[in-house]
Amino acid sequence: MKLPLPLTSNEAERVVPHTGSAAQMTTIASAAMAFLCVFALALLFTTSRVATTWSGELAQSATIRISAPADQIDAQVTAVLTILDQTPGVATARALTDDEQQALLTPWFGPGLPLDTLPIPQLIEVTQADRGFDAEGLRLRLRAEVPGAVFDDHTRWRQPLIEAARRLRVLGWVSIALIGVTMAVIVSLAASAALAANGQVIDVLRLIGARDRFVANAFVRRFTLRALAGSVIGTVLAMIALWLMPGDIPSGFLSSIGFRGVEWLGPLVVPLLTAIVAFLATGTAARRKLRSIR
Amino acid sequence: MIELSGVSYSYGDRRLFSDITLSLQPGSFHFLTGPSGTGKTTLLKLCYLELSPEVGDIRIFGDDADALDRDSVAKVRQRIGIVHQDCQFLNHLSVAENIALPLRVAGTKPPNEQDNLRELMAWVGLSAHATAHPPQLSGGERQRAALARAVMMAPDMILADEPTGNVDWEMSTRLLGLLVELNRMGKTVLIATHDLNLIRQAKAQVQARVLRIRDGKLQLAGSDL
Repeated sequence: MKLPLPLTSNEAERVVPHTGSAAQMTTIASAAMAFLCVFALALLFTTSRVATTWSGELAQSATIRISAPADQIDAQVTAVLTILDQTPGVATARALTDDEQQALLTPWFGPGLPLDTLPIPQLIEVTQADRGFDAEGLRLRLRAEVPGAVFDDHTRWRQPLIEAARRLRVLGWVSIALIGVTMAVIVSLAASAALAANGQVIDVLRLIGARDRFVANAFVRRFTLRALAGSVIGTVLAMIALWLMPGDIPSGFLSSIGFRGVEWLGPLVVPLLTAIVAFLATGTAARRKLRSIR
Repeated sequence: MIELSGVSYSYGDRRLFSDITLSLQPGSFHFLTGPSGTGKTTLLKLCYLELSPEVGDIRIFGDDADALDRDSVAKVRQRIGIVHQDCQFLNHLSVAENIALPLRVAGTKPPNEQDNLRELMAWVGLSAHATAHPPQLSGGERQRAALARAVMMAPDMILADEPTGNVDWEMSTRLLGLLVELNRMGKTVLIATHDLNLIRQAKAQVQARVLRIRDGKLQLAGSDL
């Protein structure tokens, strides 16, 4: 008859009884925290992506607004287009058509606006070449040669967007850090509860000559694997939820929440980080407990 | 092997014993006796370094106990087989697993461990209970399992705290026989007990020194036992 011996290293955690809600609590908490972490990561990626797109689009273009009496407007438009044609770094410049201007105003005034009877400024859309143009020089020249023209390089719009995106990114990282800390606290509490509940097991192990590392490993392994399992579940559920997000919402930001391309690799780091957090938290709790006994 | 010099210990304000000097030589057999509460268990705990003395020095296997770190204490305990009155098993493991646990803990895996374990279980008469769990054993069986676990690592010394406290006379005799056999194999044995009949029975089989804690002092007991 072969006797049952707990003698392989991967059975180290067998010295700890399987019963107890602390380990289950760790799995559930890890799953929830991983879900939140993946969601925070998705918001972080989305914010960065959208901000970059908006900022890039605005940075590539500028608008010149011409306010002049109706009989002078065509002349001023021609003058502005001539100046733009001579300005290095301007890729294209064109006056918006009445229909395009109508479309811009429709959200505020509704359709059918009689543009020809209203003193609406004429807009000229400018797109810059890769090397860009001297915005300040252009602004000064327009002011001197076409007094009714106002140059807007979208800096006013771009700066708050860049600032908002930066703050959202910081908030995203802070959220992920807080989730990590919460995770560490929960795992640490669960491990401490398990260590307290298994005080007799620890006493027996020390009594028969177990080193601290052996005792700690038995708990660390158990809780790290539990946290890893929970985290994988939470991560997969969050990824499925993000994948199922409707993509046909006509307003940009909401429809783009989630991951694109290689961003889908980002969530895969979450279980790994969870396992590391659980490993460190349980190890710390175990060493603290072991220091209290000889 | 173990030397205590001028050792004192108190629980709070209550001084249990003071200025105790004791030397356990290799291959010796000692009884530690005295009424309940005089400090027999405490003295054993000092010997296997679960407690530290308030005053005095302990040298164990040639090392100063104060200088040992936690890993070294664990190593020392691997050289000492400890049998507790309440046995202290891991109830979710089988009897065989509990007995083999010191090997697991020490990270050693001798090639003939199956044979050793089988032999050891036969020696303590527990071959039929290998797959049972500790709560399924009787008091005497648990004590024998504890003794088997204590000798699993082939220790230099056996420290037993009231090993016959919960068993009948017949089982006491059997356990004593096992401890005497270990002593004849060269192991140092120290048994804390208040069972004078056990001591008298042992003295008929082996040359044993009997130490008694009285009025906080350790004395060599004489013919009054």
